[in-house]
Amino acid sequence: MREVFFYFFAALAVLSGLLVITRRNPLTAALYLVLAFFALAGVYVLMDAFFLAAVQVAVYAGAIMVLFLFVIMLLNLGPDDLPPIMTRRVRWLYAAASAALVLLFLGLDLGRRLPAPTPGAAGEVGAIAARLFGDYLLPFEITAVLLLVAIVGSVALAHRE
Amino acid sequence: MINLDHALIVSFLLFGTGIAGVLLRRNAIVVFMSIELMLNAVNLALVTFSRLRGDLDAQVLCFFVMAVAAAEAAIGLGLVIALFRRHASIDLDRATLLRS
Amino acid sequence: MAELLITVVKILVIILVVLTGVAYMTLAERKVSAFIQWRLGPNRVGPWGLLQPIADGLKFVLKEDFTPPGANRALHALAPMLAMTPALLTYAVIPFGGTLPVFGHEVRLIVADLSIGILFIFAIASLGVYGIAVGGWSSNNKYALLGSLRASAQMISYEIAMGLAVIPVIMFVGSLKLTDIVAHQGANPWFVLSQPLSCLLFVIAAFAETNRLPFDLPEAEPELVAGYHTEYSSMKFAMFMLGEYVNMMTASALIVTLFFGGYHLPWVETLPFFQANAAWLALLQVATFLAKVALWLFLFLWVRWSLPRFRYDQLMGLGWRVMLPLALANLAFYGLWSLKDLP
Repeated sequence: MREVFFYFFAALAVLSGLLVITRRNPLTAALYLVLAFFALAGVYVLMDAFFLAAVQVAVYAGAIMVLFLFVIMLLNLGPDDLPPIMTRRVRWLYAAASAALVLLFLGLDLGRRLPAPTPGAAGEVGAIAARLFGDYLLPFEITAVLLLVAIVGSVALAHRE
Repeated sequence: MINLDHALIVSFLLFGTGIAGVLLRRNAIVVFMSIELMLNAVNLALVTFSRLRGDLDAQVLCFFVMAVAAAEAAIGLGLVIALFRRHASIDLDRATLLRS
Repeated sequence: MAELLITVVKILVIILVVLTGVAYMTLAERKVSAFIQWRLGPNRVGPWGLLQPIADGLKFVLKEDFTPPGANRALHALAPMLAMTPALLTYAVIPFGGTLPVFGHEVRLIVADLSIGILFIFAIASLGVYGIAVGGWSSNNKYALLGSLRASAQMISYEIAMGLAVIPVIMFVGSLKLTDIVAHQGANPWFVLSQPLSCLLFVIAAFAETNRLPFDLPEAEPELVAGYHTEYSSMKFAMFMLGEYVNMMTASALIVTLFFGGYHLPWVETLPFFQANAAWLALLQVATFLAKVALWLFLFLWVRWSLPRFRYDQLMGLGWRVMLPLALANLAFYGLWSLKDLP
C-alpha cells in the first residue's frame, strides 16, 4: 500500500516539477511548485518523516511560496515568452526521452528496499528535537543568526532610497 | 516497502528538472523556483538516506536546508525586486551591465 | 477494512455537520446582528427565518456565474476551492469526544490522531493565504488585488503570534497531539485559567486570521469595494463566504480545544451514570464540545457588531509591535516557570 502511494506522490512531484519550468505565466508555475511541495510532503510522510513533512508544508508551501506570490503580484508579472529553444517539439521530445529513461530505470529493479520502520528511527518531533537541541545545537543557533541576516538583508535590498 | 533506487531516481529527476529550469529560463522568478526545486530534490535524497540508515541526522540536516532555503528565497526575491526597479523587467538576459 | 469504513463515515459526518453549521451561521449572523441593532432580522422564510439559508443557497446556485473579462479563468475558478480546502482540512485532527462504543467497535471521535497534531494545524492554516491571494490576482481588478494583498499580509503577520501563543500550552502538555492537550485539561485546570495571556493572544490572532471584525478591513464594504471577492458571483462567491465561516468554526473549535477544555465538562462527567455508560459519556462529550463551539461562534458574531474596525496600519502595528513581543515575553515567562520544579 505504501508503494502505491509513493509512486502516486512521486509521479505527481516529478510532473509538477516539469510543469513549473515550462509554464509561461509565473503565477501558474508558482502554483505547480506548491503542488510539487505537497507531493514531496506526502513522500516524507510515507518515509515516516512526520515532523519534516509538516515543516515542509508550513515553511515551503506556506511561507516561501507565499513570498513568491507576493512578489509576482506586487510586480504585476504577466506571462512572458519561453526561451527560443523550448519549442513545442523540443518539449515533447524531452518529455518522451525522460519517460523512456524513467521506464528504463524503473525496470531495473535492483531489489533494494527501504527497511521497515523501527520505533526509534521514526521522524517524530521528540526524536528530532533531541538531536536538534543536543548534538546540533550550534548549527541551530547559527541558523537563527543566518535568518536574522536574511531579514536585515532583504529589508536593505528592498528599501527605497 | 519503498524501492530505494526508485526514490533516488525521483530525487535525480527533480534535481535535473531544476537544473534545466535554471539553465534554460530567462524569467528570474522561474529561475528561483527551479533552485527551490533542486533544494527539495536534495531534501528528498536526505530523507531517503535517513530512513535507510535508521537514524535522524540526515533529517536534521534536511531541516537546516529548509531554513537556509527560506533565507535564500527572501534575499533572492529582494534581488528580483531590485532588478525590476533597475530594468522594469525581470528578464535575466537584460542584466548584462558587467559585460564590457 | 472496517477501520477505513469508520473513517469514511466520520469524515462524511463532519463535512455534513460543518456545512450545515456554516449555512446556519449565515442565518445566525443576520439574526444576532439584527437583535444587537434592535431589529428582527430574517423571519419570513420559515419560522424564525429557519429556512432562510436554503433560500439563500438556491439564490446563489441560480445566479449568473460571471468571470470578469481579461481574468485568468482557471485561477478565477480555483481560488474559492483554495479558500475552502484548508478550512475543512483542519477538522481532521480536532477531537470531538472520547471513544464511542458502537456495534462492538471502539470508535475514537477524531478522524486522524496525528502525533504532530498542532503542527499540522499550523501548516494547514498557513495555506489559507492562497485562496485570497489567487482570488484577488485572478480578478483582473485593481481593488481586488489591493484587498487581497492587504488580507494576505494581515494573515501572515498574525500567524506568527498565533503559533507563539500556543507554544506554552504545548510545553505544559509535553505533546503536540490534540487528544493529549484535551486529556491534560481534563485533569488540570483549563489553560484559559492557567495561561490567560496565551489564550488572549490566540483569540486575537484567530480573529485576525479569519478576517473578522475588528480585523476585517480587507473585505469590508466601505473599504475597497468588497476586497478580494469583488469580482465573484454565484457559487464561487458563496464558496468564499462559506470558507470564511468554516474558518470561523475551525478557529472556535481550536480555541475550545486548546484553552477551554475541549469536550470535557468538569463535574458532570464524574457522575456515576456517565462513568458507567461509555456511549452516553461520548454523547455528552460531543454535546459539550458543540455547545462550547457555539458559544464561541456567538462571541465572534457579538464582537463583530460591537467593535469598530482597525485601520490597516493600526492592524499591522498591533500584529508586529504589540502581539509578537507579548507572545515572546509570554513564552519566555512560561519557559522559566516550567523550570521551577527542577531539582
